[in-house]
Amino acid sequence: MFARIVWLVLRKDLTVEVRSLEIAYTTVFFAVSCVLVFAFALVREGQAPEDGAAGILWISIAFAGTLALGRAFERERQSETLRALLLAPAPRPAIYVGKLLGILALLVAAEAVLLPLVALLFQEDVFAHPVWLAAVLLTGTVGFAAVGTLFAAMLVRARSRDVLLPVLLYPITVPVIIAGVRATAVLLQPEVEMALVRFWLALLVAFDVVFVTLALWTFEPLMTD
Amino acid sequence: MSPSTSLRAGLDFDAVSAEDVSRVFGRRRALSKISFRARRGAILGLLGPNGAGKSTMIAVLATLLRPSGGRIRYGAYEAAASGPALRAAIGLLGHDLFLYPELTARENLVFFAGMHAVADPDSAAADALRQAGLESRADDPVSSFSRGMRQRVALERALIHEPRLVLLDEPFTGLDDASAAALLGRLQALRASGAIVVLATHDLDLAEGLLDHAVFLRDGRMVEAVDHPERVRSMYREIMNRRAGLYGPPGAA
Repeated sequence: MFARIVWLVLRKDLTVEVRSLEIAYTTVFFAVSCVLVFAFALVREGQAPEDGAAGILWISIAFAGTLALGRAFERERQSETLRALLLAPAPRPAIYVGKLLGILALLVAAEAVLLPLVALLFQEDVFAHPVWLAAVLLTGTVGFAAVGTLFAAMLVRARSRDVLLPVLLYPITVPVIIAGVRATAVLLQPEVEMALVRFWLALLVAFDVVFVTLALWTFEPLMTD
Repeated sequence: MSPSTSLRAGLDFDAVSAEDVSRVFGRRRALSKISFRARRGAILGLLGPNGAGKSTMIAVLATLLRPSGGRIRYGAYEAAASGPALRAAIGLLGHDLFLYPELTARENLVFFAGMHAVADPDSAAADALRQAGLESRADDPVSSFSRGMRQRVALERALIHEPRLVLLDEPFTGLDDASAAALLGRLQALRASGAIVVLATHDLDLAEGLLDHAVFLRDGRMVEAVDHPERVRSMYREIMNRRAGLYGPPGAA
């Protein structure tokens, strides 16, 4: 039952997105714009500041993710379809997981565009350790999106939701962003210290477990009323 | 949907009772001690002007809002203790239509049938499209439909899991005469099948002859409850004028 509802919500979100491409285009465009602005501001004579690429990659993911989260739930608000989802006799945490996976799919697509761009503009060999980098990006994105999906759903009826979402989201996800930046920065060094990468990755996994568990636990009471 | 073979295997009930239900939004009291009982095989109308509390009452009955005071009983069950099993027995057509405009009518119906664990969502959606008279437009996006067509899809969306309790908030909005007549026929069929129908409307002409019970609301209060109401419009006018006299003109202290 749980997995079936997750799949139904995810498939519906992806179908709607494929039809409109509204969130995909705006998210990718915004993320690319962030990277370009920072690249023009910080890269001097082909030299980027130390660890600059990692920081800018994660800032772009966070900014673009916030945009995607807001739009994904704005869509549910416009036709009040979130109410219909909540009225279904489905486990509400399954609805949360379905929405979370939809957001993750969008952010992973944005990251797939951002990585080559960062490599080009900051002259970084981002694909030297592709599996480790993918693991860091995925765990960091899960932690960010887990909190973001919960808050975006919670704020869907708030009048000032566009302002409140980043105000609530960024302070709570700062540990995830810091761990993501540090792990990515280590991976972009010429000599990679794998023990350090494992440490940051373990921290990201721990954040993911805590955030996803808390979100699953609180989604139902927060969405009632 | 026949009473003998009706509905889902799970939770079922014969009546819904509102017992002194109140609902407060901040400092505004949207509902104040509303009590009524809606029975199986009957249509109960919630009648009143804009702002009377009809939509809030529908949302409370749908379990989307918790009452601030009093309680709703679904037969022997209460919403807080019954959760998903109770929601499976409720169908809601709200002010907003709860449809995804980017999806086709069929995709919307299959999605919501799946969400309600209907055994064969494809066949349920096909039946629903036939009921709505929209088979020829089944694979068109809902965004290309007129308001009346969307309303018909939304009604079938609300009924796709054959709910025991059917909640309709202004269901005649945007319907032309033929569609309104079809909806009246559908409501009578629901009553005959043993559903509990609660209908919030201020379209008194269409409610005429349809209702088994009428609950008149004004400013969040229940002002009158009538069984088998006749000449609903004149009754409504008489009741509302009487209450207006009682409360004084708007803005009066």
